[in-house]
Amino acid sequence: MRTLAVVVELGRRSVRQTFRRPQLIAPLLIIPTLLLAVQSAGAGRAVDLPGFPPVESFFDFLLAGAMIQSALLAGNSGGIALAIDIEMGFTDRLLAAPIPRFAIVAGRLAGTAAMGMVTAIWFLALGLIFGVTIEEGVLGALLMILLVTLSALAFGTLGAALALRSGSASVVQGTFPLVFVILFLSTAFFPDDLLLEPAQTIAQVNPLSFIVTAVRDPVISVFSGPELLEGLAGIVLVGGVGLTLCSMALRRRLRMG
Amino acid sequence: MGETLDRDLETIRALVRRSANELVRVPGAAVPGVLAPTIFFLGLTSVFGSLTLLPGFTTDSYASFMIPVSMLQGAGFTGAAMGVNLARDIELGLFDRFLASPAPRWVLLTGLVISAAIRSIIPATFVFAIALIVGAHFPGPAGLIIAYLCVMGTATIAACWSAVIALKFKTQSASPLMQTVMLAAVLCTTAYAPQELLTGWLATVAEYNPFTQVVDATRQGFVGGVSWAGTWPAIVVIAALTVLLGFLALRGMRRTAY
Repeated sequence: MRTLAVVVELGRRSVRQTFRRPQLIAPLLIIPTLLLAVQSAGAGRAVDLPGFPPVESFFDFLLAGAMIQSALLAGNSGGIALAIDIEMGFTDRLLAAPIPRFAIVAGRLAGTAAMGMVTAIWFLALGLIFGVTIEEGVLGALLMILLVTLSALAFGTLGAALALRSGSASVVQGTFPLVFVILFLSTAFFPDDLLLEPAQTIAQVNPLSFIVTAVRDPVISVFSGPELLEGLAGIVLVGGVGLTLCSMALRRRLRMG
Repeated sequence: MGETLDRDLETIRALVRRSANELVRVPGAAVPGVLAPTIFFLGLTSVFGSLTLLPGFTTDSYASFMIPVSMLQGAGFTGAAMGVNLARDIELGLFDRFLASPAPRWVLLTGLVISAAIRSIIPATFVFAIALIVGAHFPGPAGLIIAYLCVMGTATIAACWSAVIALKFKTQSASPLMQTVMLAAVLCTTAYAPQELLTGWLATVAEYNPFTQVVDATRQGFVGGVSWAGTWPAIVVIAALTVLLGFLALRGMRRTAY
């Protein structure tokens, strides 16, 4: 019970920290919103291409991509904030405190997941304002929020692992462009049939494509069990790898002092 | 008069050398400015390459269509990076010492702006080379010269804008504002598709966004031919925005106490 209280308190601190630092909050909301707005209008005629899935508008198709982009950036921002804590000595103080070590990482991840939920709600609100119809209704919207929150948690484990391994905010910050590499090599912005090679082949096996498809499903079509399971499997895979790396990095950090 | 000008030019040269030193001493500092436009270029070309199949698209090579945007994006980031460096100098108190020196304000700003313009050649050249490798058309000598002039002009505008923000907020935390506005300025144009194929709000914004003229002028040699009619609007836009933002940056310097 006490451990849970520590995780909740550290999570709360993490959310407050994100809102107080413009360089942490701006990438989460401003960049994905800007790209969603520009790409949906700039490449809006893409829906006329032969082979494009039937959608009301390109905005409908892109909405899930923007949400997952934001979740990825939340994971990156969480990693940067954890690395700043390490640089400033805050993590050392937590390590000396009578709390379980995993609670330090879990608290940060809770904050990252909360930010994922905030961004999911932000994009859903934007979507509804700009005429997106969630085909699966309120349940579909809740499912989207849940998937984006879990995705942010999973991506957060990767950011946290890098922060614990490097202990440097600039190193974690340096991986920021990689977020876009992963996004461009997935179906976040375009259907895989219309991507050019080699992006098309990579997108077909990229776990992010499965996650995006699961989030997109309630918007553009009816609920599909297999696609939801594939999306969840993608989240579990990313989270599993991230947690393993986190555990190894934390153990190494404790061993090295 | 001549002696004063010589001294001012020497100060500008010293500021440009200082900026170049950073590249030599911290080569990693140039990496984000090079990496981001390259990733965007390769990514957007792979993702939106099929748009050339739409009737009315002006080229069959999306790499040729997108490369000018990526070159200008690199210039925007480079200019913004100069603003971040200025904010860092303000935070560390170094800029106060510059202001207390006998160098006029316009000299300090010019040193900053010229550094950005010169440094913008690095990401532009890198992404241009990548574009040629992946099959973008060579724009010809005239097209290439115009493209580089537009790149340096955009970096100048970005440096002036970032200086305004750095002098207003006096903190590196304002860097997202510097970068995002430049990104938006370049993307809210005909960046993704020709004007006739844009939809919704962007069709209107791109029509009136002055940066559309710069994007179109940079694109001339890559897609279609080079003409004076396609070039002069970009020159006017770059000159006007440089004067306006330069004036605001100088006003910001005058208001900065030391």
